[in-house]
Amino acid sequence: MLSPEELREIESEFPHYPNKQAVCIDAMKIVQKHRGWVSDENLKDIAELLGMSVDELDGVATFYNLIFRKPVGRHVIMVCDSVSCWVMGYERLRKELKNRLGIQMGETTADGRFTLLPIVCLGACDRAPAMTVDEDLHLNVDPQKLDGVLEKYK
Amino acid sequence: MEKVLTKNIQPDLPYVDVKAYEATGGYQGLRKALGMTPAEVVEVVKQSNLRGRGGAGFPTGMKWSFVPMGADAPRPKYLVANADEMEPGTFKDRLLMEGDPHQLVEGMAVAAYAIQADVAYIFLRGEYLFSAERLRRAIAEAYENHYLGKNILGSGYSLEMYIHLSAGRYMCGEETGLLNALEGKRANPRTKPPYPQVSGLFGKPTIVQNVETLCNVPHIVKNGADWFKSLSYTQDGGTKIYGASGKVKRPGLWELPMGTTIREILEVHAGGMQDGVRFRGLLPGGASTDFLVEEHLDVKMDFTEVAKVGSRMGTGTMIILDNQTCPVGMVRNLEHFFAQESCGWCTPCWSGLNWAEKALTALEEGQGQPADLEHLSFICNLCAPGNTFCALAPGAVEPLQSALKYFREDFDRHIAEKRCPWSSQ
Repeated sequence: MLSPEELREIESEFPHYPNKQAVCIDAMKIVQKHRGWVSDENLKDIAELLGMSVDELDGVATFYNLIFRKPVGRHVIMVCDSVSCWVMGYERLRKELKNRLGIQMGETTADGRFTLLPIVCLGACDRAPAMTVDEDLHLNVDPQKLDGVLEKYK
Repeated sequence: MEKVLTKNIQPDLPYVDVKAYEATGGYQGLRKALGMTPAEVVEVVKQSNLRGRGGAGFPTGMKWSFVPMGADAPRPKYLVANADEMEPGTFKDRLLMEGDPHQLVEGMAVAAYAIQADVAYIFLRGEYLFSAERLRRAIAEAYENHYLGKNILGSGYSLEMYIHLSAGRYMCGEETGLLNALEGKRANPRTKPPYPQVSGLFGKPTIVQNVETLCNVPHIVKNGADWFKSLSYTQDGGTKIYGASGKVKRPGLWELPMGTTIREILEVHAGGMQDGVRFRGLLPGGASTDFLVEEHLDVKMDFTEVAKVGSRMGTGTMIILDNQTCPVGMVRNLEHFFAQESCGWCTPCWSGLNWAEKALTALEEGQGQPADLEHLSFICNLCAPGNTFCALAPGAVEPLQSALKYFREDFDRHIAEKRCPWSSQ
């Protein structure tokens, strides 16, 4: 069941669009903000609320890379793998992250602390390589700075 | 030179509130526009030679002129700011939204008035959270000061403005993919015609316009088309936010006259190459533009001049290739991006780009065969304009076809040496 808070936030989007389906991406993002990801059950609840079929909504959910249909760790690291960051040392940074966390891209650490994902260009090309942890953007990240960055996220 | 778009933007990006924005002439463009007829606003934008800054360079005023006007026009009409900045190597719209968000709000209000739109959306990248925070604040202030909402400044014109924070995918930057995303659907492209100006968002007349384009609009209305044209070194009016990334001394963004040479941007503003590396080539305006090389450095960066040498100005933010970076590896990175971001709607794109990535990966891993290069050329032709629904695939093969032209010996070396010659570096 969607929480009253989630319902309230989703319903506050309704006046912005002429129909309810248009709110579906916002709705999934709202649920994900509260729960970390969108489960099958959440999907059913949202579809019902918006008058969509579950398949239709899942088709939308799985199109968009920022909607998570599997559980993620407490913190999500997204490393930019696009061209400017690649030129400036993305591969070294990815290797270092995989080694420190002991996981591959797309995996979550055993303690549930971090999920590691690639992301396309973060629009911070003049301060490459770039990555985000949750809502924070980290710039000019070299392997030496990594410990300091990761330390902040428990 | 005169700074237009960035005059209020400080390096540490303090918030420019409505009072600070008004103090440097802010919202005077909107005030003036509301005293003109919508047709007059369209006309001055047409006369200014403003061309779309999202990459395609379509004349802005002409685009607006296709929107049905008058009492019989379908309603509501929509204006959408394409703030889905996701072209790799592009970071200019972020600066405009974080550094001076009211400028975008005003630009949208003027553009919306010109086409008599009822609702405006900012379609914003999901990762641009700081931009979202700044824009929400600016929109709230604009409502409080009657620059948005019902009966704007007593003119009788009303406009609502909302932010849609996206959930990812490069396809959302494509105009019709974006409209599908805003409707809560997969961001596949739509068949054109009908064009969005006639049948766009929710089937209603819609203009989709890049952030930088919209930011220019109030200045054009306020100061006139001749003033705007005088800012430029060439036929394409105005200033341009240029950028550079890669191994240059001072990567960054600079607002300069439209038509500034590549050499000036690279050598003066970006400070030239870092010590110990040499220039080999560049993508002039994002990942989906053809490589240019040393012989092109004196080309003027505008839509017309860059096209003459076989590339596109695109977004105007250059990505620099240096001699210590493998051109084949760089193109592999680009094709990985495009293959991943293909929406899968049409075959040349989803199939061709995946095969391109596979062939480039084989080359990088020392498994390349001479036939792979023929296959890559075949894919470039397969994905040419006209063979696909949207511009993703034609854009995707621009860096590939030009790399095959300018860096052919590097591709050949990967095959002859059965390894990436840069791999030990």
